[in-house]
Amino acid sequence: MELVGKGAAELGELLAAGEVSAVEVAEAHLDRIAAVDGKVKAFLHVDREATLAQARRVDERRAAGEELGPLAGVPIAHKDVFTTTDMPTTAGSKILEGWRPPYDATITARLRQAGLVILGKTNMDEFAMGSSTENSAYGTSRNPWDLDRIPGGSSGGSSAAVAAFEAPLSTGTDTGGSIRQPAAVTGIVGMKPTYGGSSRYGVIAFASSLDTPGPFARNVLDAALLHEAFSGHDPMDATSVPEPVPPVVEAARRADVDGLRVGVVKEFAGEGYEPGVSARFNEAVELLESLGAKVVEVSCPNFTYALPAYYLIAPSECSSNLARFDAMRYGLRVGDDGTRSAEEVMALTRAEGFGPEVKRRIMLGTYALSSGYYDAYYGKAQQVRTLIKRDFEAAFEQVDVLVSPTTPTTAFPIGERADDPIAMYLADLCTIPANLTGNAAISVPCGLADGLPAGLQIMAPVLGDDRVYRVGAAVERALEDRWGGPLLAQAPALVEAK
Amino acid sequence: MTTPTLMDYDEALAKYEPVLGIETHIELGTASKMFCGCATGFGAEPNTQVCPVCLGLPGSLPVTNRAAIEGIIKIGLALNCDIVEWCRFARKNYFYPDMPKNYQISQYDEPLCVDGHLEVEVEGETYRIEIERVHMEEDTGKSLHVGGSTGRIHGAEFSLVDYNRAGIPLVEIVTKPIVATGEKAPLVARAYATELRELVRSLGVSDVRMEQGSMRCDVNVSLMPRGAAEWGTRSETKNVNSLRSVERAVRSEIERQAGVLSDGGRVIQETRHFHEDTGRTTSGRSKEEAQDYRYFPEPDLVPMAPSREWVAEIRASLPELPAARRRRIQQEWNLSDLELRDVVNAGAVDLIEATIAHGSDAAAARKWWMNELSRRATEQGVELADLPITPEQVARVQAMIAAGELNDKLARKVFEGVLAGEGGPDEVVAARGLKVVSDDGELSAVIDQVIADNADVADKIRAGKVAAAGALVGAVMKATRGQADAGRARELILEKLGAS
Repeated sequence: MELVGKGAAELGELLAAGEVSAVEVAEAHLDRIAAVDGKVKAFLHVDREATLAQARRVDERRAAGEELGPLAGVPIAHKDVFTTTDMPTTAGSKILEGWRPPYDATITARLRQAGLVILGKTNMDEFAMGSSTENSAYGTSRNPWDLDRIPGGSSGGSSAAVAAFEAPLSTGTDTGGSIRQPAAVTGIVGMKPTYGGSSRYGVIAFASSLDTPGPFARNVLDAALLHEAFSGHDPMDATSVPEPVPPVVEAARRADVDGLRVGVVKEFAGEGYEPGVSARFNEAVELLESLGAKVVEVSCPNFTYALPAYYLIAPSECSSNLARFDAMRYGLRVGDDGTRSAEEVMALTRAEGFGPEVKRRIMLGTYALSSGYYDAYYGKAQQVRTLIKRDFEAAFEQVDVLVSPTTPTTAFPIGERADDPIAMYLADLCTIPANLTGNAAISVPCGLADGLPAGLQIMAPVLGDDRVYRVGAAVERALEDRWGGPLLAQAPALVEAK
Repeated sequence: MTTPTLMDYDEALAKYEPVLGIETHIELGTASKMFCGCATGFGAEPNTQVCPVCLGLPGSLPVTNRAAIEGIIKIGLALNCDIVEWCRFARKNYFYPDMPKNYQISQYDEPLCVDGHLEVEVEGETYRIEIERVHMEEDTGKSLHVGGSTGRIHGAEFSLVDYNRAGIPLVEIVTKPIVATGEKAPLVARAYATELRELVRSLGVSDVRMEQGSMRCDVNVSLMPRGAAEWGTRSETKNVNSLRSVERAVRSEIERQAGVLSDGGRVIQETRHFHEDTGRTTSGRSKEEAQDYRYFPEPDLVPMAPSREWVAEIRASLPELPAARRRRIQQEWNLSDLELRDVVNAGAVDLIEATIAHGSDAAAARKWWMNELSRRATEQGVELADLPITPEQVARVQAMIAAGELNDKLARKVFEGVLAGEGGPDEVVAARGLKVVSDDGELSAVIDQVIADNADVADKIRAGKVAAAGALVGAVMKATRGQADAGRARELILEKLGAS
C-alpha cells in the first residue's frame, strides 16, 4: 500500500483498522525523507531508529488494547522550537547547537500521549524570526514547488516537510504569521489558534504575547485533528485559556458556509499585492458567495499600523526573552579560557551565537524599551494594539469571519529579500493583526499564481477557531472539486517516477 | 580611594538633618517557589532545588504561586496598605550570572500594595513611618566568588552560582522618605526594621532571619543642612544584615556624608556596602553609571486582580498584630512601659506567652525567660528563641516549683541540664537527683541526725527559743545539698522538739 501521500485522518483509520502498523507508516515516511530531504532540507534532526522505536511503542499500546486517539501511529514533523528530551532542540540557532532539553514541551508530551510518531525536528528561522528560513543557522529549507524558492517562515521546515510528503502533519509556531505564511506559499493548510488555546510551555520564546503553536496539514480536517490533539488548557502556561477547545474537528467535517457573513478586509488589497494573488483571492470570495455566504466589505483602518506596532512589540519582548542565552548554564560558550570575566564570555558568546536578524531585533527591542523611549515606542505600539482589537470587535459585529490574502506575494526566490529586511517583513502584512489581538486565523490554499500557491486567510474572533475550520473546509471542498483533487497534486515531482 | 573624613556624630547632627528611606526584602516562607513547584528550604546542597522554570531554561514559563500572593497581601494589610484591584508583574532586565533569565520578574509602576504606614516607638516617642509600596518579586541565585581576598567578584579566581534561591518569593517593602527624626535617625531606622520583623513574623509568612538573608535591608541616607528646604543626594547601603547594623549603617553614613559635605565635597548617588567589622560603608557601583532596567509588563503572566472577597477573607484571618498584642500583654502581665520594652527587645514575648499557655503564671514565666535564660543566651551569643529549651519545658520546671518539688536554686540546675542536652526537665531532675527532699521519712532521718549533732541548739529550742530553729534548718539544707524543702524541714524540727 502506498502510505506516503495519504492524509492523517486516512492513515489514522488504516492504523485503527489494523491494516497497517505504525512502524510501516513511519518507515514509509522515513524512506521518503531519505529520498527527498537532501533537496528539500526540511529537517534538522532525524533519527530513524528512535522514530521506529516510538512507532513500535504505539503498535504495542494498540496491541495491548489501549484506547488510542484518531492520530495514533500517524507520523509528524516537529518544529525545532519545541523542547524534546530525546532530540536536540536548537530553535535554528547556533547558540543552542546540540542542546538536549531535560524536559518535553507540553505539546511534545501531548503528541506522544496521542500516539503521534515524531519523525524529527524541522528547520526554522533562528528563534522564529523570519519569513523564509534564510535566518536559520543551519541553512535554508526549500519550497517543494520550486527548490530555488523559500518555503516561508519561520516554520518553513514544517511547511516544506508536509508539502514534500515527508510527513502528513507538522507543528509550527505563529508569532506574526509563521504558520500561515509558510502554509500559503507551499500550498498547504496552516492554522494559528486563538492565543492561549495551545500551550507555550516548552516553546522557546520569541515574543511571549504573540507566540502561538499550531498545526500544518495537507487538508483542513487533518489540521483540525492535530489541533484537537495538542490543544487545551495547560496549568504550566499562565496565559493558557481555561475554556474548552472549540469543536474544530466537528466544524471541519461540517464544511459549510450556510448563513455565514464573510467580511473582506478592505485594507488588505491594492499596491504590493501580486495580481495573481489578488485574482485567486477574489475568486475565493466569489466562491464563498456562491456557496451561500453573505459577503460584505469591512474596513479595519488600524490594520495599516499593525506591522510597525508588531516590529516594536515583538523585538521588545525578544530582547528580554533572549537575554537568558548567556553561556552560563547551557548552549554555546565562547572565550572561556580562564582569563576572561563572565561578562566578556557572555558578550563573546552572544556575538558569535546569534545571527544578524536576531541581533537586529534585540537591538530594536532594547532601544524601544529604553528609558525615555518606552512611551514613544513600546507604549505607543501597545495603544495601536488596542485600536486593532477594536477594529476586530467592530468588524465581528457585522460579520462572522474576515478574509484576506494570507500573503501579498507567492514564494519569492531564495536570496531575493535577504538583504532587505523591510521587504521581508512585508510578507507578514496580512497575518500580523490576528497575532496582536490573539484571534484565530487559518490559511488554506486558494490556487496558483504563476504556478505558485496562494493562500486564503480566514480570521475569526478569539475562541472562534471552529469557525475558520468550517469555512476553510467549505472552501477546500469546493476548490478541490474544481481542481479535481488537492492543489498539491499539481506540484512537481521531487523524485523521478520509477 | 581617599580616606573619608568622618564628622563627629553630634556635630554632624547639629549641622545637618538626615532623611532616611528603607527598602526591605523579605523572603516568604512558602513551601514552593514564586513561579514553580521547587522547594525553598534553606541550606540545601547547591543546585538541588531547581527545575526548568527557576533555571530559566529555554521554553519554560512562570506560573504564580497563590500562597505567595496571599502572603504579600497579609503583609500589605498589616502595614495598613491599600491592596490594588489590578496590577501586573514587570520584567527588570539586567545581565548577571546569578539571574537565570537575565531579567527578574518584579513589579514596577503597578505594585500590589500601596500607601501604608507603620508606627514605631523610640524612647517613648512614636514615629509614623509611611509605606510607599509593597511589591512582589522573585529572588535571584547566589554567587560565591572563590579565590579573592574580599569574597567579592573583583579579584576572584572563579565564581560558583547556586540557583536554589532563584525564584524564592520576595516581598519588597519601600518606605516614603523618613524625615524629622534628627539625632534619633539611627534608632528610628532600627526600630522600624525591628517592628517590621515582628510584624511579618507575627503573620507567619516568613521566618525573617536577617542572618540567613530572609530579611535584608537597603538603607538610603541623605543629609541636608539644617533649615534647608531641599534634600541632599542619597547613598544606598545594600544588604544590611542585622538590626544592629541598620542602626550602625545609618550612623556611619551620617558621619561620612557630613564629613564630605563640610569639606565642600559632593555626596555621590551610589550603592554602598556595610562592613560588620569596621561599622563603616564603602563605595559600590555608582548609580550615575547605573543600568537602564528596561522595565515592561511581564507578558508570560496574566495581571493580578485579587478579588475584594479574597482580600476581605485574608484581612479577617490576620492574627493579632504586635502593637495590639503588646498593649494586651502589658495589661495582662501587669508590666510597666520599661518592663514591656525589655520583654519585647529580648524577643521574649512569644516565649513567655507560650510558657503561660503551658500552665505557668505570667510573673514566673517572665522571670525565667528574662533573667536566667536571657543570661545564658547572652553567654552563648544566641537569640533567646534559639536556646535549646522550649516554653513547655520552662512551664514544667515552674510547675515543679509550684508543687514544692523544686526550689529556684534547683530549677536553675534543671535549666542548665536541659540546655546541656541532658533531656527534658523530668529527665534532668531524675538523672541529677535534684528533687527537693520533701519526703518526710528521708527528711526525718536527716533532721534526727542534725538534732543529734546540735544538741545544744536543740535544747534551746525545746526551751522555747523557736528562733534558733533557723540554724538547724540551715544544717539540714547543707546536709541535703539544698534539696530539702526548707519550710517542711522547719515544721518537722519544731514538731520533733515539741515546740510547735
